[in-house]
Amino acid sequence: MIAFTLNNQTIQFDGDPKTPLLWVIRDRAGLTGTKYGCGISQCGACTVHVNGMTKRSCVTPVSTIADQRVTTIEGVDGKEANAIHTAWIETDVPQCGYCQSGQVMSAVALLKQKPNPTDEDIDGAMAGNICRCATYQRIRQAIHTAAQQMEESE
Amino acid sequence: MKTLQWLTVAGILSLPLIAYSGQDSSSESAAGTPAESLRSAQDFADINNEEKRSAAMFEELGKVIQHPRCMNCHPAGNQPLQGMDMTVHEPPVERGPANFGTPGMECNTCHQSENVTLAAQAKDIKSVPGNPKWHLAPIEMAWVGKSLTQICEQIKDKERNGNKTMEEMIHHMAKDDLVGWGWKPGEGREPAPGTQKSFGELFEAWVHSGAHCPSA
Repeated sequence: MIAFTLNNQTIQFDGDPKTPLLWVIRDRAGLTGTKYGCGISQCGACTVHVNGMTKRSCVTPVSTIADQRVTTIEGVDGKEANAIHTAWIETDVPQCGYCQSGQVMSAVALLKQKPNPTDEDIDGAMAGNICRCATYQRIRQAIHTAAQQMEESE
Repeated sequence: MKTLQWLTVAGILSLPLIAYSGQDSSSESAAGTPAESLRSAQDFADINNEEKRSAAMFEELGKVIQHPRCMNCHPAGNQPLQGMDMTVHEPPVERGPANFGTPGMECNTCHQSENVTLAAQAKDIKSVPGNPKWHLAPIEMAWVGKSLTQICEQIKDKERNGNKTMEEMIHHMAKDDLVGWGWKPGEGREPAPGTQKSFGELFEAWVHSGAHCPSA
């Protein structure tokens, strides 16, 4: 039995320990905000946080996150998440939206480490999140807006 | 477990435009293929001149050191390489301040503490490599683009080898778990020649023969 915390709730999983975390999140826990994109950690659609750090859940065996704290798009919170949420809406970032939960999780993780990121910081953090609608300019703008909002609210 | 069924459902949603260019299956050996051999110190016993024997042993060590499994994480720039053709890592990650990626895109965003065989079906990649210490060699330890002689001198230079004595270097080469990954690189990747044990023994013999470098 593998136990871990998913959005502050304990999850127990008794299936194959090699099952990717993404499968458990979507199909066992029923949280479908995290998306399957490529399945080979090349696109970023499946990004979640493990202990606050980004993790591609499609290539993460559930056994490796035993007793860890997993956060998905449904459970992410805090000032960074709130600022990103607001900025994403204000900037009207998504087009089709499929990659956006992964984009948001990477952006929140960036702001936790770099509250006032440069363009270079943003490019570094977001390099592994592909958007086939090419919303990259709005993503970058929204991260700057969120950072500014965080600074002004302090 | 309904993993296979889930996989089928999830596969429908895959993004076909994403190509994994870094691992060319045609240039990698199939899993389970015996690694290229590595000669032992005894194989050099007939070279009477110690300096020449030592240099010859280092040239043999070079089969491992200059193998893509080792070179790919000793790049001269700020991006790791991948595959037998040593192409730039995909996705386009960067070294970052601690050789562990950039904030929000650290190495362990994708690389786990062990090699992970993919559940997803992909033509060109069978597994994601992993190790608890997965990171790039610091830039002063860059090997790509250097001759074996230059690499040899670099390995002996405490300014460029992590401030290690040669005895510490022996231990590093023979025992370090991340170095050892080169011989157990996961499904779909050709391992470095020999074994870490045989490499470590040859490296030790080279050090104790005076650690002479091949001539340029």
